[in-house]
Amino acid sequence: MCLSIPSKVIKIDENNIATVDTMGIQREVSLDLMPDQVEINDYILIHVGFAMNKINKSEALASLELYQEMIENMEEEERRQAIEESDNCPSNGV
Amino acid sequence: MDKRLLLSHGGGGEESNQLIRELFFKHFGNEILLRDEDAAVLDIKNKIAFTTDSFTVSPIFFSGGNIGKLSIAGTVNDLAMMGAKPLYISCGFIIEEGLLYSELEMIVKTMAEELSISGAKIVCGDTKVVPKGSVDKIFINTSGIGEVQVSDISAHNLEEGDAIIVSRDIGRHGATILAQREGIDIASGLSTDCATLWPMVECLLDQNIIPNAMRDATRGGLAAVLNEWAMTSNICIELEEQSIPISDDVQGLCEIFGFEASDFANEGTFVLAVKSEYAQKTIELLHTFENSKTATIIGKVTTRKKQKVIINTAWGSSRYLNLPKGELLPRIC
Amino acid sequence: MMNGLKLKDLYDQFRNPKIIKSLAALIEKESIKFKTPLRIMEVCGGHTHTIMKYGLMQILPDNIEFIHGPGCPVCIMPKERIDHAIALANIDDAILCTLGDMIRVPGSKSTLAKERAKGRDIRPLYSPMDVLKIAKENPDKKIIFFTIGFETTTPMTAVVIDHVLKNHIDNVYFHINHVLVPSAVKAIMDPGKAKINAFIGPSHVSVITGSKIYEPLSQAYQTPIVVSGFEPVDVMEGILMMARQKNEGRSEVEIEYKRSVTRDGNLKAQSMINTYMEVRTHFRWRGIGDIPESALKLKDEYAMIDAEKVFANVLSNEPIDDHKLCICGTILQGLAKPKDCSVFGKVCTPNNPLGSCMVSDEGACNAYYRYGEI
Repeated sequence: MCLSIPSKVIKIDENNIATVDTMGIQREVSLDLMPDQVEINDYILIHVGFAMNKINKSEALASLELYQEMIENMEEEERRQAIEESDNCPSNGV
Repeated sequence: MDKRLLLSHGGGGEESNQLIRELFFKHFGNEILLRDEDAAVLDIKNKIAFTTDSFTVSPIFFSGGNIGKLSIAGTVNDLAMMGAKPLYISCGFIIEEGLLYSELEMIVKTMAEELSISGAKIVCGDTKVVPKGSVDKIFINTSGIGEVQVSDISAHNLEEGDAIIVSRDIGRHGATILAQREGIDIASGLSTDCATLWPMVECLLDQNIIPNAMRDATRGGLAAVLNEWAMTSNICIELEEQSIPISDDVQGLCEIFGFEASDFANEGTFVLAVKSEYAQKTIELLHTFENSKTATIIGKVTTRKKQKVIINTAWGSSRYLNLPKGELLPRIC
Repeated sequence: MMNGLKLKDLYDQFRNPKIIKSLAALIEKESIKFKTPLRIMEVCGGHTHTIMKYGLMQILPDNIEFIHGPGCPVCIMPKERIDHAIALANIDDAILCTLGDMIRVPGSKSTLAKERAKGRDIRPLYSPMDVLKIAKENPDKKIIFFTIGFETTTPMTAVVIDHVLKNHIDNVYFHINHVLVPSAVKAIMDPGKAKINAFIGPSHVSVITGSKIYEPLSQAYQTPIVVSGFEPVDVMEGILMMARQKNEGRSEVEIEYKRSVTRDGNLKAQSMINTYMEVRTHFRWRGIGDIPESALKLKDEYAMIDAEKVFANVLSNEPIDDHKLCICGTILQGLAKPKDCSVFGKVCTPNNPLGSCMVSDEGACNAYYRYGEI
């Protein structure tokens, strides 16, 4: 029931109805609950036929960059562990 | 022109005869049908496969096809899935008074085109026209006879180690119908996968690839087929989630409505269980056909949890893929 | 990696297996320092769904547990109010509209689905705005909108009410069953029985209300509350943030779902709700009982469109209890799991639900049944 999905605004008409695109599927939603002006190409969250808010693109990007760092750190640590294990392997160098 | 079907067109009299000759015989004509007897007399040497299906899909026209295409492909595919060459089809129409003649003509033309793909022939039929409101526009029943080429393709035959292959991306037919019913504009070109599968099956059999099991994933989707197999053969099927092909637009629709693509009906997509040593060759052969050029291995048969289907995620967790509950979408095919 | 954000990234990247694995590794590191287990209640049914569907419990350490909360607005509807929906549907020339899963929830004798099969005009809607379309197309019928939902869905009802009043549409009535998250949390924590020491704050309720509504709760119960999105990466990151709070001795409200949630929320939506609705003094929650100030009703000046007043003669408020074997109530309070229920998966299944935890796609029992415990 709380299903809300990000969609991209592709058109806005004079009745405050926006046409949005979700991975190639287009639908109309009401903008009656949007506190701020909505522009074409904005990403908005849709719930039961209404736009609830605009997705903050810079926060989304900041999260993704953070995750990228996390992955790099994890992979670095895995490399280090693999090297350690190899160094400590009794049959190494035989 | 908005000529419409009237009750007299199903009455057995002059208007009926005219309809049969001008429409059905014109498009379906072959020497058996044109004899116009009470029954078709057929000469078949070997074991036969026999199937029937009724088509009540709503809407009758949808992106990529119509009820006529479904009625031929659906029955032909049921025969193909048993390793039987589709030969003869019967066709019963129940038409609502007032249906546009042009719509019926379009449906019949589509059926003729679809028949030419497998070479099957409509050899007998029946037409009824019923009062307005008795049916919703048109219902079609087709029964089919095929000549069994190889026996022993069966839901009972899956074995540990078998590869599970799907012929293309899943869920297209169900998604297309849902989108059309909800009045959703499909910019992406989402359309049904409805297609005759016999050419692919014939190719595999010709190359001596005999699947342990084959099924087209119609009502209930991929989930229904795999669960039936797991229960019938008393084995476990494990799928790798990342390998299950789902197109972006089907995925988008699933996100919007909260459905799973594996529950949606397909009408031109089939699933095979083949011995692992044949898997690669099967994929290569399927790739030579337009409708199965993205065929892929999605999992294998194990004994991890018999009678169940398990999906393994890419991050090391697993869950069951259960039979879809209830009526996901009524009158889907 | 980022030249700009593609829409697909908002789906794919927040389900990225590498990110999920990295977060699992970081959570593992934090969990080693725990002196006591981290027992997290996810209030919202959507989070239960994510956790079960993506099998997140299988990649988390044993000292992190989930307790499923009452965040499924269909699940908490008591039988007598479902009977209201059925009674309203049986009014001559009424068209009963409601959202999704309500159609299959069992009342004391029937369900809306069964009533529809008997010929009653019952319409499950995708969007509340469809009420206006149906009203226009059926001027001689009474359109009764049986509303359900937490704070996410309440503003949409308010918009429909607004349209109905401003456009003088005289054949629409509302039966309001909107409920409030903070009161539910209080009802669970106040008795002191539930051993919960962290909360995953609901994603989309918080888009509307802002994270500010959780601050008094976090204070009162000294528990971290992290508002997380619905994707598996969001839930894992939220757990990491809770684990860190636990190890650092903090009890704060934090937002993981920063791309959609702010402290203040959607003020326009909040104002729409406050224009037409107010808090009820009492409301019975299925399996939990009366929770004061936990639900909304139409303000008195809108009595003419309030179905509970206009059709009071067909509506009984006699409380009706559940089937005695159904332990949905205990599950909703976080005191039991679906597998503790003697009828789970046997007599009670999605096709034949005894209680609402099994009917709704967001119910804990339904999620467990579908995604199983392998």
